[in-house]
Amino acid sequence: MLDSKVPEGPLKDKWTNYKNKCKLVNPANKRKHKVIVVGTGLAGGAAAATLAELGYEVSSFCIQDSPRRAHSIAAQGGINAAKNYPNDGDSIWRLFYDTIKGGDYRSREANVHRLAEVSNNIIDQCVAQGVPFARDYGGLLDNRSFGGAQVSRTFYARGATGQQLLLGAYSALMKEVGKGTVKLFPRREMLELVLVDGKARGIVVRNLITGDVETYAADTVILATGGYGNVFYLSTNAMNSNATAAWRAHKKGAYFANPCYTQIHPTCIPVSGDHQSKLTLMSESLRNDGRVWVPKKKGDKRKAIDIPEDERDYYLEEKYPSFGNLVPRDVASRNAKLACDDGRGVGESGLAVYLDFKDSIDRLGEDTVRGKYGNLFDMYERITDENPYKTPMRIFPAVHYTMGGLWVDYNLMSNLPGLHVLGEANFSDHGANRLGASALMQGLADGYFVIPYTVGTYLADTKLEKVDTSHPAFSEAVKEVNARTEKLLSIKGSRSVDSFHKELGLVMWEYCGMARTEEGLKIALEKIPKIREEFYKDVLVTGEGEELNQELEKAGRVADFLELGELMCRDALDRSESCGGHFRLESRTPEDEALRKDDEFSYVSAWETPADGSDPILHKEDLVFENVELTQRSYK
Amino acid sequence: MSAERELNLTLKVWRQKNASAKGGFETYQLNGISTDCSFLEMMDILNENLIKQRKEPIAIDHDCREGICGMCSLVINGVPHGPRQETTTCQLHMRSFQTGDTIFVEPWRANAFPVLKDLIVDRTAFDRIISSGGFVSVNTGGTPDANALPIPKETADLAFDMAHCIGCGACVASCKNSSAMLFVSAKVSQLSLLPQGQIEEDKRVINMVNQMDTEGFGNCTNTEVCEAVCPKGITVDSIARLNRKYLKATIASEV
Ligand SMILES: Cc1cc2nc3c(=O)[nH]c(=O)nc-3n(C[C@H](O)[C@H](O)[C@H](O)COP(=O)(O)OP(=O)(O)OC[C@H]3O[C@@H](n4cnc5c(N)ncnc54)[C@H](O)[C@@H]3O)c2cc1C
Ligand code: FES
Repeated sequence: MLDSKVPEGPLKDKWTNYKNKCKLVNPANKRKHKVIVVGTGLAGGAAAATLAELGYEVSSFCIQDSPRRAHSIAAQGGINAAKNYPNDGDSIWRLFYDTIKGGDYRSREANVHRLAEVSNNIIDQCVAQGVPFARDYGGLLDNRSFGGAQVSRTFYARGATGQQLLLGAYSALMKEVGKGTVKLFPRREMLELVLVDGKARGIVVRNLITGDVETYAADTVILATGGYGNVFYLSTNAMNSNATAAWRAHKKGAYFANPCYTQIHPTCIPVSGDHQSKLTLMSESLRNDGRVWVPKKKGDKRKAIDIPEDERDYYLEEKYPSFGNLVPRDVASRNAKLACDDGRGVGESGLAVYLDFKDSIDRLGEDTVRGKYGNLFDMYERITDENPYKTPMRIFPAVHYTMGGLWVDYNLMSNLPGLHVLGEANFSDHGANRLGASALMQGLADGYFVIPYTVGTYLADTKLEKVDTSHPAFSEAVKEVNARTEKLLSIKGSRSVDSFHKELGLVMWEYCGMARTEEGLKIALEKIPKIREEFYKDVLVTGEGEELNQELEKAGRVADFLELGELMCRDALDRSESCGGHFRLESRTPEDEALRKDDEFSYVSAWETPADGSDPILHKEDLVFENVELTQRSYK
Repeated sequence: MSAERELNLTLKVWRQKNASAKGGFETYQLNGISTDCSFLEMMDILNENLIKQRKEPIAIDHDCREGICGMCSLVINGVPHGPRQETTTCQLHMRSFQTGDTIFVEPWRANAFPVLKDLIVDRTAFDRIISSGGFVSVNTGGTPDANALPIPKETADLAFDMAHCIGCGACVASCKNSSAMLFVSAKVSQLSLLPQGQIEEDKRVINMVNQMDTEGFGNCTNTEVCEAVCPKGITVDSIARLNRKYLKATIASEV
């Protein structure tokens, strides 16, 4: 049984007690500690900046040419906090409760409560950095609503909240770079974790410009490398988002928790053809003012405007009167699928539903709607060539976020001592379904307000001998990296890396997507190893190792996805209940909602993949609920 | 706007093995491209074809494909990000082209942005400019309540417009002097508009302008092409604001 190291005491005092009692590293000693932070998104950027401010010697790594381009930049809708500025009844408790319930009771109470507690500090911090959040006419901060909540607690900066928050964290990071307290290593890809005496002591990276393999040593390694949604090939994630850093750490012994918990976002622009390279999100905030509907009649091919009001099925408003269009994402996605499966989908492919703004435009005027969502409407128009002010948007669910990730305890440390994991890369706070606007909150909470304390605990408590990159563990790790690169380059088969990635993605979407069955998952578990085998026989990676080589980068990532995908299916098969985004057709209520089996599955699945190639081993962390009562989620 | 649903195209693409190699244009023929493809998806198809012929695909920077990360950076028919206003390369769709078109594709060109390979350039100069002063000097923690300091909505909105810069460098690529003034002025403007940023504004503007010069960006001669190509619609008013702030700061420092 895994130990989550949750502090004793009442829920609301745990974090305060922790901070009061944790050991501190004295300022003069901080300078002597090297910290590696991999990733410069909200989680990694915030962590690197804050740890440098505290006095640690920080090295920061990212794949892109600049830390400012991490995938967090693309978040649109907003960030939650329990400020209760609108005076509509919000509180830390309510944000905690909504998050636990939204996650379908599969997250750790103490972590989620801490998240809700620090949420308000995040907003203060960002405003102090000059983040231009939306304001009302009185000059105070404005809020909007997101799914799964009945209060307005989402702060936003037009449709580019992630950009503004990330640029805030980036500016804090660059301030430290200017002072020389952070060393920046852009265009580097971490390809191996280095363990010395079982502790994380460094990383091996590929310099993506020169192809050089470089090593870096430290006293602790922090991974903030984002989610693994791109295992599906098509997702809303950026093209370079990948699982390699996390997967490499997993192969070195770090447990991978709840890999099957993936979030399918209900409002994305539908696929337009085989050329499709990624899917574009239309922010959940649109569901504040857009109404979701499909025709009542099957196969109704009339244009939206020609379908009279009484022949439209506003199925979310019908089925869930108290949350309406703002039900959580898993519920909205599943219902879109049900409507399309029923032959009532719209558009050429029949794989879409309408998101209609007509009523809002009539009520608020086009200008107000443009003020709120202008950039999203423009983006929709650029991609689809349709004008959403005149005709309803067509939307369909798409892979968006991964709740699963490396297992961490309350300190955000994995089972490998010294390996900390932050942001989307860990599994921690969202259970089986994340609520909208909570990932930005979690990333920044982890980076600004949690890790600065918990890293101190580790460093103050742990005896660390001096290690530098001349230690044999580093040359071993370099050997492994080189062997993998040589292998990929030497196959010289006939198929592109992308073609394998697409093939894997289709299998994942079909069998481990919005609805999963025992039968389907077993098929996937047969297909994926075959694709992998074929990959190692027939992939063609052009170019050389000692140069900028994007095909080689992709090949390494797809090789890891081919392993992770299998673990996801295995986890999905093992969990024969439905919960949140994990919907097993065998386990549903008579109304087709997810049916949890708390007696059997109230635990975190933390997988170990043994180095000898034998079958993955399941470890469990029991989820204990002392403060909330487990109920069947209802949004009716 | 194209009438056909599928296009046949000739592409003339800049190929360059690495920073020190001499580059040149290669010509490729591409048929049956759907007008629903984005420009980068069209390049994906071209790359897939090259791989089938066991040739090296074209190296291109891109990531979000949603017009926000600032990674994509192609000069298309002589214009950074191509023909569509306020649209990044990744958001440009092939319906903006006609069948039979010849399309030239080149990297950003500026001394401060050296080519690394094919269409990829080095833009780390922008990061160095930001680290010279593009921030508010607050550390994590101990900040006042976010609503303690009301800011007029109009000011916050304008600050957002300036902060919306994606740091792609199209402004530099379009400028005959390779000036980075639009980029620098957007950041200076954002932070000078907000009370949080005003405390350090003199030091900031001087340091950022100095760093810009050190990096080898040219001077601004008010041609305003930067505004025309900016995918986020940042206007040259920001440059006027920078100039005022710079003047104020240099006078102050001379006294
Ligand atoms: C389109 C979109 C919109 C979203 N909108 C919202 C929203 O409105 N509200 C919300 O709360 N959430 C939203 N999300 C989710 C949220 O944006 C992400 O979950 C969050 O930003 C992840 O942040 P992160 O810091 O964990 O990782 P990321 O921002 O993904 O950063 C990962 C970092 O790790 C680096 N990296 C990765 N692998 C390696 C490696 N091997 N070596 C070196 N570096 C590596 C990358 O270069 C990058 O710097 C959205 C997500 C998407 C896709
Ligand atoms: S790829 Fe991100 S802006 Fe174009």
